[in-house]
Amino acid sequence: MKKEINVEATMENLDTVLGFIEENLELAKCPMKIAMKMTVCVEELFVNIVNYAYDGLVGPCSISFEVCDNTLDKAIITLSDQGKAFNPLEKEDPDTTLSADERKIGGLGIFMVKNIVDKIYYERKGENNTIIMEKTWKI
Amino acid sequence: MDIKKVQNDSELTMVISGRLDTNAASKLISDIDESLVEGVNSFVLDMAECDYVASSGLRAILGAQKKMNALQGTMVVKNVVSDVMEVFEMTGFADILNFE
Repeated sequence: MKKEINVEATMENLDTVLGFIEENLELAKCPMKIAMKMTVCVEELFVNIVNYAYDGLVGPCSISFEVCDNTLDKAIITLSDQGKAFNPLEKEDPDTTLSADERKIGGLGIFMVKNIVDKIYYERKGENNTIIMEKTWKI
Repeated sequence: MDIKKVQNDSELTMVISGRLDTNAASKLISDIDESLVEGVNSFVLDMAECDYVASSGLRAILGAQKKMNALQGTMVVKNVVSDVMEVFEMTGFADILNFE
């Protein structure tokens, strides 16, 4: 079972995107604890696309959600855009041991995503950037 | 997300409820910029009703901590729910904030 939505990559569409993911995680009976974190992952990647993919212009973004039909305990979520080639996974991880005053702003979102999901990878195919995330839970 | 503010002399409390996502974080940052000024020496962030924090929300909270450090005041984060606490722990924020 795979579902997909297509939206313009703008901050106004964040609620729509998160609503889509939350609804499908709930249908897949994903535990609340994991659902919140997976929703955070989608937000981080979507906001990245809004901010960086189209150099300040607006372009399309498609988000898909797939659960394994026979086990229902694993979700595969993808986000695709048609912006410039960009692999957010190459960003350097922030130093999470620094004090408040030493802490820098960048890289935190992707760091969280990498910590939350089981698997994540990036593909550039033709004009498309795609991030694929996988998460398994116990039912 | 909703932000409620209660000022008690030099102590300011902000109660945030709902989802602290990127859109909500922009609002929180401007509220923090406006509210944490000279004369405030204690800031309390009550997160009892907040069940979701994205990295932008963490940055807003970090900004508040830096501001209170600059004002030589104190900041306390109160009533954090366990799912949100896990996000604080994952990112090292659990070590740089004061919780109650």
